[in-house]
Amino acid sequence: MPEPEQVTPTVLGLETEYGILLADQAGASPVQDGLDALHPMHLSNAVIRTYGELVRQHSTGWDYQTESPLNDQRGFEVPRGKALADQLTDVENGLANLVLTNGARLYVDHAHPEYATPEVTGARDAVLWDRAGDLVMLQGARAASRLLGRQVRLYKNNTDGKGASYGTHENYLLSRSTPFHRVVVQLTPFLVSRGVLVGAGRVGRGQSSEQPGFQITQRADFFEAEVGLETTVNRPIVNTRDEPHADAARHRRLHVITGDANQSEYATWLKVGTASLVLRLVESGGWRDVPALVDPVRAMHVLSHDPSLRATVALEDGRELTALDLQHVVLSAVREHLARHGAGAEDEEVVAAWQQVLDDLAVDPARCADRLDWVAKQQLVERYRERDGLGWDAPKLALLDLQYADIDPERSLYHALRRAGRVRTLLDDAEVERARTEPPTDTRAYFRGRCMSRFADQVVAASWDSVIFQLDRHRSWVRLPMADPLRGTRASVGELLDRAGDAGELLDLLGS
Amino acid sequence: MSEQTHGRRRDEGEDVPPPDAPAEKSQTASDDFDELLDEIDSVLESNAEEFVRSFVQKGGQ
Repeated sequence: MPEPEQVTPTVLGLETEYGILLADQAGASPVQDGLDALHPMHLSNAVIRTYGELVRQHSTGWDYQTESPLNDQRGFEVPRGKALADQLTDVENGLANLVLTNGARLYVDHAHPEYATPEVTGARDAVLWDRAGDLVMLQGARAASRLLGRQVRLYKNNTDGKGASYGTHENYLLSRSTPFHRVVVQLTPFLVSRGVLVGAGRVGRGQSSEQPGFQITQRADFFEAEVGLETTVNRPIVNTRDEPHADAARHRRLHVITGDANQSEYATWLKVGTASLVLRLVESGGWRDVPALVDPVRAMHVLSHDPSLRATVALEDGRELTALDLQHVVLSAVREHLARHGAGAEDEEVVAAWQQVLDDLAVDPARCADRLDWVAKQQLVERYRERDGLGWDAPKLALLDLQYADIDPERSLYHALRRAGRVRTLLDDAEVERARTEPPTDTRAYFRGRCMSRFADQVVAASWDSVIFQLDRHRSWVRLPMADPLRGTRASVGELLDRAGDAGELLDLLGS
Repeated sequence: MSEQTHGRRRDEGEDVPPPDAPAEKSQTASDDFDELLDEIDSVLESNAEEFVRSFVQKGGQ
């Protein structure tokens, strides 16, 4: 095998909006009864604020200077007057926002509590800080429940089965020199067919579960366009938001919005690992003979609706391929790319795991119940159907779907499977607990997170690519830009951060 | 990447069934699964219909 090229590591992160519910019957006091009328935005706010109190952190300002939610990867900007109100994500809304000591952002987005992981450089790290987010949310929900005297429950899923969907997004840093059109053409067949790996499973078909039955993904039915800027309506398979959170001359950030929220660590690992490899392939010049789907949006729905994996979708060249066929085509192209350019240790593991899952799915999807959420959930639902003689419209099956994703291990059906030793895990509880407060060491998240653990009182605002300090009451703010996601690592600034007594000394040591 | 499977400790030291004994294995797996369903019954929300009806979310991204 040739020597690996000097490639810049993939920088990536995950963001998850959690479903939120005030669950138990109204309490004895009028105040507790009144909580039923509370807008979920404010209930979400209570979770975030309570978590902040738990870890003794104040709400942090968010520095919107470099945010540009209306910039389109295709090279134009939507006039603000024409934008939907919920596309204007760069406006202060008075709701809680916490930059955590692990470098993550915890905030209220629309009507959901959201956790965005710190930037990481590999799939396993993405899983680790994603799970750390579940723990943050669990502690926040439990603390808010004690405070309010009602049970606040959070769900790591993507739909209520009544027409609403909320997202789990992946973000990958790409080179600005990669033509965006190439990304659209080459990523589409991968995104359309990857539900077989990363679907979380869903009871009900159609946006409002109009048709009974089981499907592979939570999200597929909510996608209605091939390419576009929106994320809350008319959702596109490839989202064009051009907000790199980095030097825009060198980078773009690909905002992948099609994914499901996974409980399975293995599925999250596959989701991020496979997408990173495909993107590296696309960035290196891409592959030939990319399957061109006649109707990618319809294909996404059709493939999701067929857990038998026999459904086919039409290509422009007249062929009809299954989801597994499409995944095999992409995997072969990735293999060829790695053979030519070299592969890291995790790349090899991801390719082997990807191949194994595709092989197992081809023999019998049930073989993947230990790794894939949709298979685990389907098995559970089918056993209940059999035991209790239930039809697909039975509320109990919809309940199983929802409760699979309850983030509290005491109620979560995923965690029941996990405790029974039925799912493969990648992480132990101690490292997840550490990642709840400790940042990754190899990206700028290290600098951000350590600033929050050491000098939070002097941080007035932060963002993905900046930290703003106020050194004391008498001095104006100092904005430290961090355009390069791979600077600010422990190797480069760890010793300075340890040595500085306060933020002023830190800035002196950094030479600002 | 290291993989771990939790919750299997009670099986440690027991003979691993040979791969060519699927019938017996699936019988055991089926009993295990029934036990698990019983356990899940005890944590499921008590009124499925009411709970599913109340699970209404505002849209998001």
